[in-house]
Amino acid sequence: MNWNSATEFFAMGGYGFYVWSAYAATAGVLALEAWLALRRRRRALAAAQEPQP
Amino acid sequence: MLALFNALVVRDLRLALRRRSEALLPIGFFVIAVALFPLGIGPEPQTLRAIAPGLMWVCALLATMLSVSSLYNSDHADGTLDQLMICGHGSFESAVVIAAARSAAHWALTGAPLVIAAPLFGLMFDLPPPTIAMLAFTLLLGTPILSLLGSVGAALTLGLRSAGVLVILIVLPLTVPALIFGTGAVAAAEGGQSAVAHCSLLGALLIFTLLTAPLASAAALRLAVE
Amino acid sequence: MKLFTFAAPSRFYALSGRVLPWLWISAAVLAYAGLYIGFFVAPTDAQQGEAYRIIFIHVPAAWMSMVIYLAMAFWAALGWVLNARMASMLARALAPSGMVFTLIALWTGAVWGKPAWGTWWVWDARLTSELILLFLYIGYLALTEAIDDPKRADRAGALVAIVGAVNVPVIYFSVKWWNTLHQGASVSLTAAPTMAHAMLLAMLLMTFAFWAYAFAVVFMRARAIVLERECGAAWVRGLSNPAMGQAA
Repeated sequence: MNWNSATEFFAMGGYGFYVWSAYAATAGVLALEAWLALRRRRRALAAAQEPQP
Repeated sequence: MLALFNALVVRDLRLALRRRSEALLPIGFFVIAVALFPLGIGPEPQTLRAIAPGLMWVCALLATMLSVSSLYNSDHADGTLDQLMICGHGSFESAVVIAAARSAAHWALTGAPLVIAAPLFGLMFDLPPPTIAMLAFTLLLGTPILSLLGSVGAALTLGLRSAGVLVILIVLPLTVPALIFGTGAVAAAEGGQSAVAHCSLLGALLIFTLLTAPLASAAALRLAVE
Repeated sequence: MKLFTFAAPSRFYALSGRVLPWLWISAAVLAYAGLYIGFFVAPTDAQQGEAYRIIFIHVPAAWMSMVIYLAMAFWAALGWVLNARMASMLARALAPSGMVFTLIALWTGAVWGKPAWGTWWVWDARLTSELILLFLYIGYLALTEAIDDPKRADRAGALVAIVGAVNVPVIYFSVKWWNTLHQGASVSLTAAPTMAHAMLLAMLLMTFAFWAYAFAVVFMRARAIVLERECGAAWVRGLSNPAMGQAA
């Protein structure tokens, strides 16, 4: 174990801002990408199944 | 094939001579862009001397890219391009010749004048003569590369709405090696070191581009004309 | 698994749908393992302190950005040469993911650079090459989105991707050349830490996690593209749509 307490873990030896902002940005972007892909697929399915005139 | 090449180059040059003002636009852009930098950065001679080679290479790059998107446009619009592609029974070789001829004419009209104009600017930036000579030499090797790559971009974006910007987006990353080797050679000449390695690399890049770019342009032309 | 099993969009759609949940689970498990080892087992770096732990997302993202570009060029070329539209659709689906990973690599590189080197951006060979890779992705996406006809768009994209792939070694070499010219001793973000085993393991696990994630998202996007392009086909109309309450 590297960390003696949760506070130490979040502080990351003083670099907490850098480490956590990088991880947060990455997680956020990946989640957004996945959500956009899912939404695109759903929309395509709905559009494809419109009753034809 | 050679006859077709010559005929096309002569035709392009003749057409350009009839619209002289249009043919001079890229040079005009180059002149204005280069002149903007001292205005934006300050007239300090040391700074200007340091940035001059890179600056001129980049402006040459931009001037080439701006003029290249109309490379095939007018012929495509009036159907001449289709006719040209049918010459030689629609073979891939004739498309390659067309692309090569276009690039050659474009270089004669844009690249060659830049090679001649750059030394004049070198004097404006107070560059020493050996540096100016190296700058002109690297531009002589580099501007054909830019015309060839630009022709690939122009063929790919033929008929598209924002073709001008698209060409820049697609082609600029590919021109980075030429930019680096070209400016590297000039920097070496300035520092009194040998620029042989840089120039050899630039020359090799030119040969590689000469062999491959017309093929890519031809493939793109056939896609656009289908 | 035969290559041509996936050649029919309908079969790709069905198979990818079945594989997706497993991809997500793998991604989650691998990420958990990788991050656990990265944060709780790997030791502190002697020179950079805790800031180096950004490496566990920066390097895997950079690797993914390069691998995806090659995959994109490969599938695009295959689609053109074999006239296989599923391959072309896969190439189109790969591009946005590749660009996202490139952006992550650049962003995390900048955030790492600040504590490590004092500036938000370093013009070292790797980061600069990564930036040019971003431009290559942008060029591909801009061109393919600008062309309405799917066939021409796919093929023009294939040409751009192939030209880019061929040039990537040249570009990387020239950027390395440029970097050593202007900085003497090259400043590289990944040169500094000598890798302890735990660090390498964490990086590897995170790479596989990103891989599984990329497969999942690319498959989702490819399925969307299949539906968009094949919307006239009978099999598409026969699909069950939970949103519309239809049965299979």
